[in-house]
Amino acid sequence: MVTAADRATSVARPKVEVRDLTIRYGQKIALHNVTLDIRENEIFGIIGPANSGKTSFVRALNRMDLFTPGMRVDGTIRFDGREIDKWRNVYALRKRIGVVFPLPVGLPMTIYDNVALAPRLSGVKKRAVLDEIVERCLQRAALWDEVKDRLDSLGSLLSGGQQQRLTIARALSQDPDLLLLDEFSIAVDPVTTMRIEDVLKVLKEEITIVLVTNLVQQARRLADRTAFFLMGEMVEIADTEDLFTRKTEDERTQAYVEGRFG
Amino acid sequence: MDKAVQVLVFVGGVSAIVFIIGIFVFITKEGLPFLLGRFDVAEFFTSPRWRPTSEHNPTYGALALIAGTASVTGLAMLVAVPFSLGAAIYIGEFATGKTREALKVLVELLAAIPSVVWGFIGLSIMNPLIIKTFNVPVGLNVLNAGFILGLMAAPIMTTIAEDALKAVPDTYREAAEAMGATRWQVIFRVVIPAAKNGLVAAVLLGVGRGFGETMAVLMASGHSINLPTSIFDSVRALTATIAAELGETAVGSDHYRALFTLGIFLFLITFIINLTADLVVRGIRKK
Repeated sequence: MVTAADRATSVARPKVEVRDLTIRYGQKIALHNVTLDIRENEIFGIIGPANSGKTSFVRALNRMDLFTPGMRVDGTIRFDGREIDKWRNVYALRKRIGVVFPLPVGLPMTIYDNVALAPRLSGVKKRAVLDEIVERCLQRAALWDEVKDRLDSLGSLLSGGQQQRLTIARALSQDPDLLLLDEFSIAVDPVTTMRIEDVLKVLKEEITIVLVTNLVQQARRLADRTAFFLMGEMVEIADTEDLFTRKTEDERTQAYVEGRFG
Repeated sequence: MDKAVQVLVFVGGVSAIVFIIGIFVFITKEGLPFLLGRFDVAEFFTSPRWRPTSEHNPTYGALALIAGTASVTGLAMLVAVPFSLGAAIYIGEFATGKTREALKVLVELLAAIPSVVWGFIGLSIMNPLIIKTFNVPVGLNVLNAGFILGLMAAPIMTTIAEDALKAVPDTYREAAEAMGATRWQVIFRVVIPAAKNGLVAAVLLGVGRGFGETMAVLMASGHSINLPTSIFDSVRALTATIAAELGETAVGSDHYRALFTLGIFLFLITFIINLTADLVVRGIRKK
């Protein structure tokens, strides 16, 4: 039973706590000394030009540094209060964190198998259960209507925008509590982008979302709070509206969101 | 200058086709008189009696030879497929840096060992070993030749299989790992299915190698005409028969032409296997 007190503490405790995070590739510093919290059930936006460390940040959250040669992560990241490098089973951690990469990755299997992969990896075998997961995730990713009659065709044959929604469906099939989206709309047409954005607004009722984007307006449309990364530094972090209405301190942030550079 | 290079490259490219057609025309020409005359399809494919040198009643049944080649190749694949796929997965997915480079070079060196050396190993090492271990009278048999042939085919299969694994984009691995798949799950659920065509091609090319191999099989198989009933039976392969007998036949005799007929048969089989491998690589499948 969830008591009011429990709920209060869970609200009080951020979903992700990042302290003094520094990421290096060999000698090169990609991200320097970042400290921030990501709250439960918010869409947390990260904006900034290329090479600002946004993607490195996302990769560190999911412990993708383990298979990125030369990537070194210092500082602490706590997920649900537990330091992520203390999780004995990194696979269990990753199962709770869904990732959507910039370019869609339709795995070379059927649409159905793409979405059923994560549940199957966790040992779900019953066809009925899988059917239900596949339909629910494709629905949530706004792809179901387009593919429901051809679930057995190859996922890699879908169009770019459809594949990206397939990727989102696949990320959701893990039933994650944190969804990381890394510039998901790069290869997606504007109409599809808007549909996915609508999906995200609904999803945030249930899960926490980190939205890395180089589209400043996308962050403004979606994010509750936004952090501005610039050349490996977190310039500032604020409620999204404040960031866009000149209520924040830093001159560079204003220059960036108004499109004066970037 | 540009024109000259163009012509040179064209000649180089076309020569392969010319040679393959030339070879086919040659063996067909030499074998055809037998195929049209003395040849008996039923005898060729169903009789195990290969007695071309009999004075009164020569017979040309190739069944035992086909069975010999097939049994040796079959066993070779049982040895080579797990070895080569395992090696390819290790080199392609687990080994890194220097280990990986060293292994690749070594595997390629293995592929360069001449077949007569393998035959020698079969003859002088495997033979006594089999006799002692299994307490059988002869160590030159299906087991010996199949094992040797498997070791011979494994390196080239490893190289091709590893290429197939390497052709799987890293984004697939990353996507699967990011959703919490373990290394083995990534390999079995994502990488191998994605590389399936290349892996099948690797196996088929190994089969083609097995059918075509002559010297090692000649030395290790015992070279006696037999329908094998166990892996300890000596057998004779199609290729070895041609190699051993062609030098002693009179040009133009039935025996001579019958050997060329075996050649046509072998040529067709390897051609079909290689063509299948090629089609599989290109992913031409039903669907």
